[in-house]
Amino acid sequence: MTDLTKLTMTGALEGLAKGEFTSVELTEAHVRAVEASRALNAYITETPDQAIAMSERADAQRAKGEAGPMNGLPIAVKDLFCTAGFQTTAGSHILEGFKPPYESTVTANLWRDGAVMLGKVNLDEFAMGSSNVTSYFGPVISPWSPGVLVQRDAAETDAGFLAEVTAAIRQPRPVQEWQWSRKLVPGGSSGGSAAAVAARCAMAATGTDTGGSIRQPASFVGIVGIKPTYGRCSRWGIVSFASSLDQAGPMTRTVADAALMLGSMCGYDPKDSTSVDMPVPDFKAALTGDIRGLKVGIPKEYRVDGMPAEIEKLWQQGIDWLRAAGAEPVEISLPHTKYALATYYIVAPAECSSNLARYDGVRFGLRVEGGDLKEMYENTRAEGFGAEVKRRIMIGTYVLSAGYYDAYYRKAQQVRTRIAQDFEEAFKLCDVILTPTAPSTAFEIGANMDDPIAMYLNDVFTVPASLAGLPGISVPAGLASDGLPLGLQILGRPFDEATVLKVAGVVESAADFTALPPFVSARY
Amino acid sequence: MTSVIEGTSLIQGETGNWEVVIGLEVHAQVVSNAKLFSGASAQFGAEPNTQVSFVDAAFPGMLPVINEYCVEQAVRTGLGLKAQINLFSVFDRKNYFYADLPSGYQISQFQQPIVGKGEIVLDMPDGSSRTVGVTRLHLEMDAGKSLHDQHPSKTYVDLNRSGVALMEIVSEPDMRSAEEAAAYVRKLRAILRYLGTCDGNMEEGSMRCDVNVSVRRPGGPLGTRTETKNVNSIRYVQMAIEYETRRQIEVLEEGGTIVQETRLWDTTKFVTRSMRSKEEAHDYRYFPDPDLLPLELEQDWVDAIKATLPELPDEKKARFISDYKLSPYDAGVLVAERASAAFYETVAKGRDPKLAANWTMGELFGALNKQGKGIDQSPVSAENLGGLIDLISDNTISGRIAKDVFAEMVETGKPAALIVEEKGLRQVTDTGAIDSAIAGVLAANPDKVADYKGGKEKLFGFFVGQVMKQTQGKANPALVNELLTKKLKE
Repeated sequence: MTDLTKLTMTGALEGLAKGEFTSVELTEAHVRAVEASRALNAYITETPDQAIAMSERADAQRAKGEAGPMNGLPIAVKDLFCTAGFQTTAGSHILEGFKPPYESTVTANLWRDGAVMLGKVNLDEFAMGSSNVTSYFGPVISPWSPGVLVQRDAAETDAGFLAEVTAAIRQPRPVQEWQWSRKLVPGGSSGGSAAAVAARCAMAATGTDTGGSIRQPASFVGIVGIKPTYGRCSRWGIVSFASSLDQAGPMTRTVADAALMLGSMCGYDPKDSTSVDMPVPDFKAALTGDIRGLKVGIPKEYRVDGMPAEIEKLWQQGIDWLRAAGAEPVEISLPHTKYALATYYIVAPAECSSNLARYDGVRFGLRVEGGDLKEMYENTRAEGFGAEVKRRIMIGTYVLSAGYYDAYYRKAQQVRTRIAQDFEEAFKLCDVILTPTAPSTAFEIGANMDDPIAMYLNDVFTVPASLAGLPGISVPAGLASDGLPLGLQILGRPFDEATVLKVAGVVESAADFTALPPFVSARY
Repeated sequence: MTSVIEGTSLIQGETGNWEVVIGLEVHAQVVSNAKLFSGASAQFGAEPNTQVSFVDAAFPGMLPVINEYCVEQAVRTGLGLKAQINLFSVFDRKNYFYADLPSGYQISQFQQPIVGKGEIVLDMPDGSSRTVGVTRLHLEMDAGKSLHDQHPSKTYVDLNRSGVALMEIVSEPDMRSAEEAAAYVRKLRAILRYLGTCDGNMEEGSMRCDVNVSVRRPGGPLGTRTETKNVNSIRYVQMAIEYETRRQIEVLEEGGTIVQETRLWDTTKFVTRSMRSKEEAHDYRYFPDPDLLPLELEQDWVDAIKATLPELPDEKKARFISDYKLSPYDAGVLVAERASAAFYETVAKGRDPKLAANWTMGELFGALNKQGKGIDQSPVSAENLGGLIDLISDNTISGRIAKDVFAEMVETGKPAALIVEEKGLRQVTDTGAIDSAIAGVLAANPDKVADYKGGKEKLFGFFVGQVMKQTQGKANPALVNELLTKKLKE
């Protein structure tokens, strides 16, 4: 790995501006890193040619003095964003091979600002999951998984006539191969984004967050992930999971990078009726580090039973850091927190059961023929969707059905309103809220698979803010005793991402998180 | 056997009288260039799948955006139906799978429609009027069209219609006969056309009816209803109701029960057929569409639309009755279409309004009917019909000659005065000429003159006719009467 992949985006922009390297060089370094990181299964589709072409254009723009805010920075795109002419799968068999003829607003904004696409990264199928194990394209392995890098000759595994010819022509080239002792999840659903950014095979990645899908994986792999306020980023061109919750956001290695990239991603889009017509502030300018007098809410209901002591300890550490920086911690109450997960697992499946009805084999994606229309539907959807997606479609169909709507969906909407009111009340007493991001560190691939409820509990701290549409960020705060990263979550008032980022910057400085995943440190 | 009891809307069955209760759901396509939630064209008749946006085809990540003009059209229609406009309404998803419904749900309005209660006044042929309640009007998107006849084993789908804006207008179950239902559809169509919110072309499917019918003993509790779908002409509405009424009475009189079900109107056999029963009914899993915010309107915006409403049929009819002293029936016929009302007003301007009404409704409508033309294709312009009436009024031609002149006008489109001039049809008002014609007629029919004088006064008409014949119809009838009376008294 070269030094160029160690750079933050903010740092790289300086180097590009000074002419220390070009975007083409920066991009080539990352294209090689993408190749070298295939063992993580972070990318579903690599787009090296596109990346080089885009970096050439970025360099040309910079030469003309027309460099945008993200000029020349190679990033990965969660494979939930439609990218014109490039396969967009949503991690599902049912969309395998689907090449949208249009570009999502968020990615179009990034390209407008000069960013470079390295490829499309893995995710839980239709963003449904907290561990990136539900993807049709296989689980993503966290770069934090313990293991050793072994070298061997390429010829050893290449078999057959062609390998012999190749070997005869070329000297055997040593190949690096990672041998895992445990395979950990990167979190989800934006698991490919998290793994790619943590493994330095993308400077940043887009993510989407429905119930914690940016923040939880950011916490699991020790990076920064912000879900802005619902309505900040356009949802147009992002494959829908749960429309009233889905929100795009950046996943980066620093808070400054998050501020930079969020500024490019968001903005009003008349093509999305839920997009909000508000000016986009200069988020980077908010990173003053000055949080004196700011009130930081500590919700008492977030001290859940069975939470590991070290997470409790880290949370307290966070409180102390903010107090030391001049903020004032205040205890607040969010009394309806305990209903948040149940509410979420009614609202989100209800919306997904309807949103996913369009994958019917008629117009695009997979079609499995049948004797008649109904059988074609059944065959296509049975083969096209994985188990978790089917589970949620069934839950959603059930809670919306006649006779159950009032007991489930309507009740959930009422509780959702109460949860939002909890936050409104709380924000009368404080400016931001500090909580742990997740109740645990990353677990092993395969864990919690037979217990969906245990899997859903991963989102216990992230879901309430999703239901209320509030901005939330996860910042790496330290390592747990198992050597794995833990994040702290900062929530803010609607459209007050600036304050959220400012406080996150203070946590980032105090935590001084510099640990590298074994996958990276072994190769630097 | 059933039969309608004269003078009532009751139906005589084998076991007594029955009353039919009818409610209608009309789907009216909104006049708009673009679809309800996408920018694609909503024009009728294009090549299949040429007017389809990615939203209409429900591609991944595509989102609906409400077309403000369609909302305005719905509000305009609501105002035209004197209905309550709901400043807060919600779009819901109606979920079901079908090949011509790309998203797997129809965006509609379920519990909170944009328009609430209103009313429609029906003009019955006997001149009476009935008021039928409108329960609600809501906006929804149309589905695409499945074409089952293009391939022996496959169904083709045309998505041009997918996403086109519809207004579903639901009536109260206030109608008591097929005639009332037909009058309701006609009146609703007239109002929509006046407003310019729906073209009302039932042949093109831009207005479609679902017919709800039940029967009961007069004054008794409501019976179980059936819903017959997609009845696509006013004639079929009437036929479907009549068929369904007969069928239900027969079932009940034979001791059976009516099943609540959805039925289809068979346009070849003219019967209704069962489509699906209540048990098989879809569970549409309605819920608010999370891609769309609730629709909030401002009263000022609604008021601005109200200020631009045209004069509607009922008001126009009232004005025709008071200003032109027309009978309610005549006024009702003339205002049925905005164009014919405008035509009449041009004809009547500065002329005898009754004469103008008679000529417009009698001769002109008759001629148009015969040619299968609408008022906008009339070969006789309103100005020219007015010119003809002027010639009658100033005694240039008689009413009888005028009919011939009119026939010529229909043929050639020429102004009346020109035809009268060319054909020398100017009325004879020269008493000398008429006197000599009378003398000739009387001299030729001495026996009839004798009979007349002997008391057979009915023969007067015969003499008039003969005189008119002698003058090729050009004699002024009033003068002929006057002079003939005088001569016969001699």
